[in-house]
Amino acid sequence: MTPIFILNAILVVIAILLVIAEKFLVTYGECKITINKEKILTVLGGDTLLNYFAQYKIFIPSACGGKATCGYCKIEVLSGAGHIMPTEEVFIPRQDRLKGVRLACQVKVKNDVEVLISPDLLAAQELKVTVLKIKDLTQDIKHVFLRVDEPSSIKFKAGQYVQFRIPQTDEFRAYSIASNPSQDNAIELIVRLVPGGLCSTYIHDVLDVNDQITLTGPFGDFYLREDSTRSIICIGGGCGMAPIRSILMHLAQKNMPRRVMYFFGARSKKDLFFSEELLALQQRFSNFRYVPALSEPKPQDNWEGETGLITQAVERMMPVNGSTEAYLCGPPPMIDASIKVLTQKGVQEIYIYYDKF
Amino acid sequence: MNTTNPLTILIASIFTHNIALVYILGMCPFIVISKNFKTALGMGISVIFVVTLTAIINWPIYWKILVPAKAEIVSYLIFIIVIAATVQLLEMMIEKFFPPLQSSFGIFLPLITVNCIVLAVCLFMVLRKYTFIQTVFYSFGTSVGWALAIIIMAAIKEKLSLVGDIPKGLRGAGITMIIAGLLAFAFMGFAGMITLQ
Repeated sequence: MTPIFILNAILVVIAILLVIAEKFLVTYGECKITINKEKILTVLGGDTLLNYFAQYKIFIPSACGGKATCGYCKIEVLSGAGHIMPTEEVFIPRQDRLKGVRLACQVKVKNDVEVLISPDLLAAQELKVTVLKIKDLTQDIKHVFLRVDEPSSIKFKAGQYVQFRIPQTDEFRAYSIASNPSQDNAIELIVRLVPGGLCSTYIHDVLDVNDQITLTGPFGDFYLREDSTRSIICIGGGCGMAPIRSILMHLAQKNMPRRVMYFFGARSKKDLFFSEELLALQQRFSNFRYVPALSEPKPQDNWEGETGLITQAVERMMPVNGSTEAYLCGPPPMIDASIKVLTQKGVQEIYIYYDKF
Repeated sequence: MNTTNPLTILIASIFTHNIALVYILGMCPFIVISKNFKTALGMGISVIFVVTLTAIINWPIYWKILVPAKAEIVSYLIFIIVIAATVQLLEMMIEKFFPPLQSSFGIFLPLITVNCIVLAVCLFMVLRKYTFIQTVFYSFGTSVGWALAIIIMAAIKEKLSLVGDIPKGLRGAGITMIIAGLLAFAFMGFAGMITLQ
């Protein structure tokens, strides 16, 4: 009995000491967080910017739950944040540091703070959604249909993404929206099973029809530039299909006003998906072309289309054209290689938009 | 009680019984935070501070409370809780009274809570039946030894990253372990100096 008694006694003493210390040592009083020089949040200091934003329903993208490991929650802090932490330095290049870019999860509010948040982020909101249907697209990619319950609709630009909150955790993962922006009461996601991945495993193994999920969004500066008239090259691999499908559906609804070529890279025929839908689109619009390329076609595939890496297909098929803009989505090596090919084909780098994952 | 001269314990725990290089304890920060000299120094100083302080607090708790009450069985739990609480308190105090220190070494404090050398020092002090004075010298020496090791490691790694041509497969933890092994050999040179049980 005595050891337990002693243990408890010592725990109580330590707890009391900590409470007293917190009362006397951690007092920052009321602090004001000024956002974009207009909105002011008054908070009781001591917590991080990211947490205060969450309290006030401002959703900054963040995937790691405030541990400074994902580097998504970058914002510009104009004053009041103190010195940059070594934990942030990894994520913030030198020129951004001079501008005051910080990770919101690492900035503790101890006095009045002034921050700049891009208006796109302020438009992001918390969405309650219900799973309508889950479909297999390939052996490791699932197509998830979600109905937006609360608020009743979502407004997003074709190509943007939402963050999926893994239930019962503080972890988020980003998934591009794969559906048409004009359909505002439901969205679709495409999720590839990442071996050992927390969220994709959850979606593949646990998530079921009628489950309720919380998303935040929309986020991202990878979206279709609608004021442009340039012809479009899309390059996607794997789940990079998602934002590009959204862009294509949006363009199709507007009767394909611009020339579009879509290159999609996969390993073999069984990794291709949405083929019928995209080929139908190609039939319907003469200025849309879908070019799937297989890097390792199997003999039983009877593949007669393009082979090799997607960049080789782009090199062969794409005409040199200076007035083109490009939308790339896929794994980083594919994007880096594609940018190289595109610049050789005369595409200016400012017109190459990409989303690496 | 142990009768070794406290000064001998101090020297021994820095050189001949270096906790990082001879006991191979406290490896996680030793591998991860040794990339640059400045952060290694910050981490080293924080460790010296926390290890010495927690040993000083845990010694009376063990010998004056747990032993007379025959409650040694809960000592592990108590040690860990005391360490965590001390680190918390220390963090609050630094933030309140020395804000400039916060960014240079305050951020390492939460990492130290889970550093095994903090617990190891408390356990060794019990195992070897050190007196209070011996414990002060031992905990200070041990943490200085660990700081010394991580600082040497950081200096070597910083130089390597500037001029070194490390084979791809060895980059990161691999080369760190090899350097640690060589450093441990070097520290074996001190071994004849003092013998402790």
